[in-house]
Amino acid sequence: MTALLHVDNISKRFGGFVALDGVEIEVQPGERLGLIGPNGSGKSTLVNCICGTLQNESGSVRFDGSVMDGLAAHERTHRGVARSFQLPRPFHSMTLADNLRIPLLYTVHARSGPLRSPGDLDTRCHELLDMVGLLKKAKQMPRDLTQVEMRKLELARAMAAEPKLLIADESMAGLSHSEIDDILALLVRLNERGITIILIEHIMSAVMSFSQRLAVLVSGKKIADGKPEDVVRDPEVVRAYLGQ
Amino acid sequence: MPAQARMDISFDLLINAIVAGLLLGGFYAAVTAGVSISFGMLDIVNIAHPAFIILGSYIAYFININFGIDPILVSIIMLPVFFALGTLVYQVYYLSFERRGQESLRGLAFFFGLLFVTEVTLILVFGVDYRYVEAAYIGPSLHFGIVDLPLRMLVPCLVALGLFASIELFITRTFTGRAIMAVSQDQLALQLMAADPIRIKRIAFGISIATAAIAGALLIIIQPVEPSVGREYIGRVFAICVLGGLGSMPGTLIAALLLGVVESLTATFYGPSWAPAVSFGFLLLTLAFRPAGLLGR
Amino acid sequence: MGTVKFSFTAVAIGALVMAFAHWFHVDYLFFACYTILQFIVLATAWNILGGYCGYVNFGSAAFFALGAYSSVALIKFDGEIDAWFSEGVANALHYIFPLPIPLLIIFGALVSGIVGFGMGYLTLRLRGSFFAIATLALAVVLQTLIVNWDFVGGSRGAYVIRPENLEFAGIAINYIEYLFALMLLLAVIALTTARVIERSQLGFGFATIRDDELAAEACGVPTLRLKLIATTLSGAFMGMAGAPFPYYIGYLQPSSAFGLEYAVNSIAMPMIGGTTSWVGPLVGAILLGSAQQYATVTISSAVNLLIVGLMLVAFVIIAPNGLIGLVQERLRRRQS
Repeated sequence: MTALLHVDNISKRFGGFVALDGVEIEVQPGERLGLIGPNGSGKSTLVNCICGTLQNESGSVRFDGSVMDGLAAHERTHRGVARSFQLPRPFHSMTLADNLRIPLLYTVHARSGPLRSPGDLDTRCHELLDMVGLLKKAKQMPRDLTQVEMRKLELARAMAAEPKLLIADESMAGLSHSEIDDILALLVRLNERGITIILIEHIMSAVMSFSQRLAVLVSGKKIADGKPEDVVRDPEVVRAYLGQ
Repeated sequence: MPAQARMDISFDLLINAIVAGLLLGGFYAAVTAGVSISFGMLDIVNIAHPAFIILGSYIAYFININFGIDPILVSIIMLPVFFALGTLVYQVYYLSFERRGQESLRGLAFFFGLLFVTEVTLILVFGVDYRYVEAAYIGPSLHFGIVDLPLRMLVPCLVALGLFASIELFITRTFTGRAIMAVSQDQLALQLMAADPIRIKRIAFGISIATAAIAGALLIIIQPVEPSVGREYIGRVFAICVLGGLGSMPGTLIAALLLGVVESLTATFYGPSWAPAVSFGFLLLTLAFRPAGLLGR
Repeated sequence: MGTVKFSFTAVAIGALVMAFAHWFHVDYLFFACYTILQFIVLATAWNILGGYCGYVNFGSAAFFALGAYSSVALIKFDGEIDAWFSEGVANALHYIFPLPIPLLIIFGALVSGIVGFGMGYLTLRLRGSFFAIATLALAVVLQTLIVNWDFVGGSRGAYVIRPENLEFAGIAINYIEYLFALMLLLAVIALTTARVIERSQLGFGFATIRDDELAAEACGVPTLRLKLIATTLSGAFMGMAGAPFPYYIGYLQPSSAFGLEYAVNSIAMPMIGGTTSWVGPLVGAILLGSAQQYATVTISSAVNLLIVGLMLVAFVIIAPNGLIGLVQERLRRRQS
C-alpha cells in the first residue's frame, strides 16, 4: 500500500540552527500516528514543512502520490492536508461560526465547486461546533473563549477543511481528563471515517491509547519509529525524553 | 580639448565621486545605525526615524547659531534627551500597539503620523528655508593629488564611523547590548533569564533615537537642511538596512558605503535630480529579489 | 439594502448635492466638494488594501499622480500628433484625440492598476511592513522619474487648459460642474465596489488576511492572489481619482501631484473614520476634508496638515477602530 504521506529525508535550518536533520517518516492511509519529543525538537517545524507554512531546504514531501515541494500552504490544504496550530490562531474579527465558514468556502468549495447553499453552510458550521462542544457559543467572538475552547475551535476549523490527513498539534494541553477523552473519542471517530491522523502531544496517556504507531523526534532527528509499547521501552527514547 | 585631457578630467571626476561616495556612505552608516537597532533587532518599523534626525539637525542649528557651540558637541549634549525621548516613544508604542498585537497596521500609521507631525511642526517653527551651521571645518578641504577631501564631509564621516564602532562594541561586549541581541532572537528565553524584555527593548529604542541626535548634527554639517529632507532619508535608511541584512552591523556598513558610492556616481555623471531614485530603486530591487540582504541567508 | 438600490440612492444623493450647488452657483463650493469627493475615492481605495487586508500603503500619492500624469501624457500627445505622424495617420488620430475625460479615467485606472499589480507581485510575498516601506520607495522613484521626464513638463510642470464648457448634445455644461459630476460618479462607483467586496466571499477572505494570514493560508485561502486583487483594485481607483486632476488644477507640478497630503489623508481618513467598513472612509473623508477646506482658508495649510497628523496619531492610539468603531461600541454597550 503506498503511503499517504511520505516525508523523505527533509532538512530545515534557521541561520546556524538546524531544526530538522534528515527526517524520514511515512504515514499509511487511515493510520493513527503519534509524534512525541521534547520541546524544541522540531515537531512544529516538521508540521510547518508538511503543511507548507515553511519550505524544507532539502528532501521532499510527498502526499497522496504527488510531490508537494514548492506548493503554497493553501494549495496543500486544497489537496487534503489540514492542521491545527499549537498556539490557537482564530480569526478574531469573526464569530466562531464564521471562523468555520472560511475553510468551507475556500477549501471545500474550491475542491468540489459550491454544492452548498448558505443554509447548508450554516448547518455544517453548527455541526462542526457541536462536535467539539462549542455550539452554544456559535455567535460569540474568539476573544470571549477560554484557552481550552480556543483549542477546540482550532480543531474544528481543521476538520472543516474535510482533510484526508489531519495534524493535531498539541490540542490537548490544559484540558481536563474528561475533555481529553472527548477529544480522543472525536479523533477516533474521524479516523473511523477514513481520516488519517497525526497526533502531536506531550500527554503520554493520550498518545499511548490513541496511536497505532509512535515516532519520536529529538533535536531535529527521528530516533524511534514503531509500535508504541516498543518505542517507550527503547533506551534511547527513555534517555532523551521519557526519563525526565 | 585633446582626448588625453578629457580622459584626465573624467578620471579625476570619477575618483572624486568615489571618494565623496565613500565619505557619504560612512555618514549613511551612522544614520542607519539607529534603524538597524529598531528595525533590524526590535522589528519595529520606525519610519519616523529620519524625522528625529532632522529634529537633531534643527536643534544643532538653533544652539549653534545662537550660542556658537560646535554642532557635534551639541548633539553629544543632547544624547540623554534623545534617549529619553526614544524610551517615551517606545513606551507609547508598546502600550498602544505591541501589547495588543496590532503593530502592523496601527504601528505603521502611528510612526507615519509622528513623521508627519514633526515635519509640519518644523515648518511652522522654522519655515521652509534651508538652514546651515557654522563650524571651523565647514569651509576647508584637504588635497591629496587629484583627490579632494572636503573637511565638511570628512569630519562627519569619521564621527559616524566612531559612532558605528561604539554601537557595535556596545552590542557585542556589554551585558545590555547582548541582551538586546538576545531579545531580537528569542524573547521567551530572555524572560526565562529573568531579564525584563520590555525594559531591554525600551533601552534599545532609546539608543536608536539617541543616534539620531548625532546623525542630525552630522547631516547639517554635510548639507543645508529643510524640513522635508527627512523624507529622502526614509528610503536610504531602509534600503541600507535591508540590503545589509537586518540586524547585521557589518552588513549595514558595507551596504551604506555601496549606496553612498552609487549615489555619488549617479549624481556626478547623470545629475543630482536622479539621486533619490538610486536609493529607493535599490530598496525596491532588494525587496523584490533578495530580501535577506547581501550577507543574508 | 441591495447593491442596485444602494448605488441608485447614492447617485440620487449626489444629484441633489449637485443641483443644490448648481442653483446657488458658488464656484468655490464646486472646487471644495470636488476635493472632498476626490478624497472619498482615495480613502475608499486605500481602505480596500489597508483596512480590509491590513496592508498599509504609504504611496497613495504615487498612484494618484500616475493617474494624473498619464492624463498629462495623453494631453501632450494630442498636441504632438501633427508633428509626429504623417498627415493621413494624424487625421485619423484627430478623430479620437483629445480623449474625453472618462477615457482618461479608464486609462489612468489601467496604468495605476498595472503598476499596483506589478509592485504587489514583487513585494507582497514579504511581510506587511516590507510592503509598506516598498510603497514609500515607489512614490519617490516615480516622482524622480516624472521630474526627469521633460515630455510631461518635468520639474517645471505642465499647463493644461481647461475648456470653459463641455459641448454635450447641444447643451453647454460648465466644465467645473462636469468635473464635479464625474468625480461624484467615481465616488459612487468606489463606495459601491467597496460595499460589494465587504459583503462577498472576497471580502471575507480579505478579513482573514487581516486577522491572521498564516491561519488563512492553512484554511485554504489563496492569500497572495487575494492581496494582488486588493492592490490592483486599490491602485486602479487611486489612478482614476488622479486622471481628471490636471484639468481641475490647470497647472500640474510633481510636487503637488506627489504631495504628502495625499499620502497622509488617504491613511488618516479611513483610520479616523473606521477601517472595517465602507462607511469609515466616507465619514473620514467628509469630516476631515471639510475641516481642512475650512482650515486652509481661515488658518493656513501647514497648520491644517499638522492637525490632520495629530488627529491620526491620537485616533490610532485611542480609538483604533475609528469613529465607526466608537459608535459600534456604544451601540453594543446599550444592547447589553
